[in-house]
Amino acid sequence: MITLLAMHFPISGTDISPVYLVIIGFLIGVLGGFFGVGGSFIAGPALRAVGMHWNYAVGTDLAHIVGKSVVAAKRHRALGNVDLRLGFIMATGTIAGAECGAQLIQLLKRRGDVDFVVSIISIIIYFSISTFMVWESWKTLRQQRKTSGGKKKRGKKDSADVSSFSGVTSAIHRIPLWPMISLPTSGVKSISLWVIVVVSFIGGLFSGFLGGGAGYIRMPMMVYVLGIPTHLAVGTDLFEIIISASYGTFSHAIKGNVDILVALVMNTGAAIGAQIGAILTQYFAGPKIRLFFVPLPLIGVAIVLYTLFTGNKL
Amino acid sequence: MKAETRKTFFSFGIELAIYAVLVVAYYFLVLHFLAGWLFHLDKSSIRIYGLVSIALIIGQAVALEWVTTFLIRLLRGRSE
Repeated sequence: MITLLAMHFPISGTDISPVYLVIIGFLIGVLGGFFGVGGSFIAGPALRAVGMHWNYAVGTDLAHIVGKSVVAAKRHRALGNVDLRLGFIMATGTIAGAECGAQLIQLLKRRGDVDFVVSIISIIIYFSISTFMVWESWKTLRQQRKTSGGKKKRGKKDSADVSSFSGVTSAIHRIPLWPMISLPTSGVKSISLWVIVVVSFIGGLFSGFLGGGAGYIRMPMMVYVLGIPTHLAVGTDLFEIIISASYGTFSHAIKGNVDILVALVMNTGAAIGAQIGAILTQYFAGPKIRLFFVPLPLIGVAIVLYTLFTGNKL
Repeated sequence: MKAETRKTFFSFGIELAIYAVLVVAYYFLVLHFLAGWLFHLDKSSIRIYGLVSIALIIGQAVALEWVTTFLIRLLRGRSE
């Protein structure tokens, strides 16, 4: 079925159905618009499944992430969910981190155990993120239910995005490391610039080390470490991804790893999916968005485990 | 199904249909002509190919965002 009405893509030398690409793009678009993630844990295996080589799948996925993030970030900006100042600061840290992550991969390649080490680290990281987010979101939702006396509030997002991790976040905000800056759009009165740089650097490191946009680690860190409201974290993460993924796309393109025609076709589906995902965030409160986020890293765990035990790529 | 929900689904269906026609036309008109040129650029000048790739994906995303927003406004505006 996948090869039905296949179109020839001469750059990567593959024959793929444009309908398949549009559907994959649409699904990733919805996920990206709603959670602020790139969706590489789905796009990479989906391109590989129709016969594209891994190097092309990784590079093409990054190019597609740029396009999808432009659409979703524009929609989030219209909804007031993008902190441009924070986005620009984070982009510098992400690019530096991505370069370090890529160098780490090269180091492991030379040692000859890259696949095993990356698989184990990614399983630990993905599983830890999911477990922590289940615990935090559940605790926050329970607290909210107690304070509202069991009355269920429906409708648009809560203006105050609560988190049961806010004590730790406040302590991080008080770290007196010069220069201290304020983020009025995100409601952060004072925070050390270095905290933001370190958070974005870690996100970039995972992006370079494990591939994709690494939104699965950056978005939770923005909420729990930087104290950014969930809706703003999603929008700002997407804006930041445009800059860092553009850099990644160029880097992969000059290495011959990007089939831009495949990315353009995928982007036609992602454009409408990203808009739907972004609009959906209006109807869910922060803790609920974070709870829905939980299965995403677990899908990554399942893919890595499959690859590790069978020796096959999806 | 509530009347409002039915109206939303109806509008969304029309949006998807118009969007699908535009996308199919786009495949035949644009991608057909771009494929050969991009293939040669990839083989002859890889740095320019990299820059063109970013320009194309961002340009297309901006255009598609404009088209989808326009369609949503047009159809929702009429149905409300």
